[in-house]
Amino acid sequence: MQLIKPYGDTLNDGAVQLSFTLPVSNGAKAIEAAIQYTKKLGFTEVEVVNAHPLSDDFTFFVVYGKTSMAIDYDKIVVEEIEKPMDFYGVNSYIKEHIQRKIAVIGACTGTDAHTVGIDAILNMKGWEQHYGLERYPMIDAYNLGAQILNEDLIRLAVEKNADAILVSQVVTQKDVHIHNLTNFIELLEADGLRSRFIVLAGGPRISNKLALELGFDAGFGRGTYPEHVGSFIAKKMVEKMMR
Amino acid sequence: MNRSKLDLDPEKIDYAREISKKITQPVQDYISGHTTVSVERTTLRMLGADGIDANEVPVPNLIIQQLKDRVGEGAAKFYINALLKKGLTPSALNSEIANGLDISTLEWAESTQIEKKAAELVQSFSSRVKENVRFRNEKLTQFNSSQSTPLLYLIVATGNIYEDVKQAQGAAIQGADVIAVIRTTGQSLLDYVPFGPTTEGFGGTYATQENFKIMRKALDEVGEKIGKYIRLVNYCSGLCMPEIAVMGALERLDMMLNDSMYGILFRDINMYRTFVDQKFSRMVNSFAEIVINTGEDNYLTTSDAFEKAYTVTASQFINEQFAYESGMPARLMGLGHAFEMNPEMKNGFLFEMAQAQMAREIFPEAPLKYMPPTKYMTGDIFKGYAMNTLFNFIAKSTNQGILLLGMLTEAIHTPFMQDRYLGVANARYVLNSMADFADDIEFRKDGIMQTRAKDVLDQSISFLEQISEKGLFNAIEQRLFAEVARPKNGGKGLDGVYEKTDGYYNPMYSFLERELKIN
Repeated sequence: MQLIKPYGDTLNDGAVQLSFTLPVSNGAKAIEAAIQYTKKLGFTEVEVVNAHPLSDDFTFFVVYGKTSMAIDYDKIVVEEIEKPMDFYGVNSYIKEHIQRKIAVIGACTGTDAHTVGIDAILNMKGWEQHYGLERYPMIDAYNLGAQILNEDLIRLAVEKNADAILVSQVVTQKDVHIHNLTNFIELLEADGLRSRFIVLAGGPRISNKLALELGFDAGFGRGTYPEHVGSFIAKKMVEKMMR
Repeated sequence: MNRSKLDLDPEKIDYAREISKKITQPVQDYISGHTTVSVERTTLRMLGADGIDANEVPVPNLIIQQLKDRVGEGAAKFYINALLKKGLTPSALNSEIANGLDISTLEWAESTQIEKKAAELVQSFSSRVKENVRFRNEKLTQFNSSQSTPLLYLIVATGNIYEDVKQAQGAAIQGADVIAVIRTTGQSLLDYVPFGPTTEGFGGTYATQENFKIMRKALDEVGEKIGKYIRLVNYCSGLCMPEIAVMGALERLDMMLNDSMYGILFRDINMYRTFVDQKFSRMVNSFAEIVINTGEDNYLTTSDAFEKAYTVTASQFINEQFAYESGMPARLMGLGHAFEMNPEMKNGFLFEMAQAQMAREIFPEAPLKYMPPTKYMTGDIFKGYAMNTLFNFIAKSTNQGILLLGMLTEAIHTPFMQDRYLGVANARYVLNSMADFADDIEFRKDGIMQTRAKDVLDQSISFLEQISEKGLFNAIEQRLFAEVARPKNGGKGLDGVYEKTDGYYNPMYSFLERELKIN
């Protein structure tokens, strides 16, 4: 057993720094509310060191407090998850293991007009400072945009000699995405093309589990960055080459 | 303007402008021979077209659908003719069109009558916008002393216009001079402008004319209360560039994000479409005295800010030429750049300062828009706050015009209310503490900063020469910008570009050309 607590300037003092805003106007009452609220969170020796009005109805506080809560460090268990490669990692992995550029094609299919997901993964700019696959020197990325028919996506994937196909689905009303994704896999299988491509589904309500059930190689949900998709494709291609 | 701190060669600057003009000139030839569905929808809106049908298709889009391949004749005459033939006001005609009236098959009124009616509609558009300009100038004069230099620019983005209002009013009280309402992701790729107030968006709020009106009113109210004119910003980019410009002109927006090439490079919108659209959008912005903000910061979030600094300068030159060709005076050109060098880089601050000072000296009248660090912001909010201080320092010491405030929680979440306050507090401390610093310093001759600025200017010139040699269309196709290749006939929106017919008629376009003294 190894009990630990936050460290301020003495072992086990339990010192914590907090900052938050309360939706009340600044004044003695607001400060007292911040103190009592922090105590309610379980802190003692609470001190409001700064209270600043943000507008007539909001006040920002910086607060210090001490906690008696401790945790047994020996009982902490974490799952060692493999970190996805970053932009540079993905490119050098492709260069080293695949030794050619890989081609990725993607679209938001069916009636769905929301390109936000596919753009975040494929477009140059990417999102949240994570470059899109278009920016990867070792990836040729084709973003077909929205409202692309499954048939057209498959035809273009063959034409562009794509290694991977990304299908984005944002709208999930009445399970329209399930029908559309199922239809996509059926078409690929009917044309005998399923094993030729790595096929991925993505969207805010797509899970890896759902995608696997529908016959995709993987599914990517909310919070996915381009490098997650890039890592998966590169590793999967190497895996396929080994077989 | 003070004398040059960087000792830049004025002849080199003139030469860079000269090549930039050579780059944009052939594009102008293309622009003058073409129109687009968005230019025509814009014209219709200026004439009074508005509203939606039962399927939420905007009336201007319905009219374009009716015209089919006759868009190249200009949509204005069809709309004006319908007003005359039906004897209706614009709003009554809009309802008829929303209910299915096809205006492409009506008999023609006398052309003199059409021209007379056109003059009347031009007049009513013109007076509304001129009144907006007058009102803004009056308020800016009245509240002149309360604004910061540079202007402090804050962003709100909740997706819900009514929630945005609360945050925007809060931000104004905290000290913002400028409020931008970020658009929902993906709006730039819609080939229509949604209608009415909206309460749902992804990472931002739809730009609609009603949303503009709601926010304008809210900012005017809070402005009167705190004794300040709060400027409102939106995004005049994407497939509806000029339409959004007109909505902004009508609802008295004060600034618009508006770049001549951003859509092509970063949103994969067709280049021909973009070039035609950007010109009209800038003409409208010029007429409404709306300050544009260009998007050079985007070059630095996708490429290395030290190595590719010259692409920013080159793009500023090109944006400037395109703006001049739209009749825009330099005082409305908020040319963009950003503080995006790796904070681990030795002397990074000096290189950033050289770049900012160089932009200041090359574009002395432009209210430069300076963007904060985003690329190297991490979860370490304390480090981020320190970086923002250095950024603010450069903004003040190089006399930037518009300071987009850095958020210490950039890269973590959309700003909390306190994050905006902390951003303003940081900037105000720096602005006040070094109020006259810029006038009190000189740069060492041939020192690190002077040398850096000269190098970047030289690199920009050779880059511009390369573009000029290939031609801008080819240069974009051949990956010269932002490390992305955009084929001439690729991207979105090319199907909305039409060659103008001999009889092309657009009284609004001609009116703006006259007002802005373009050719």
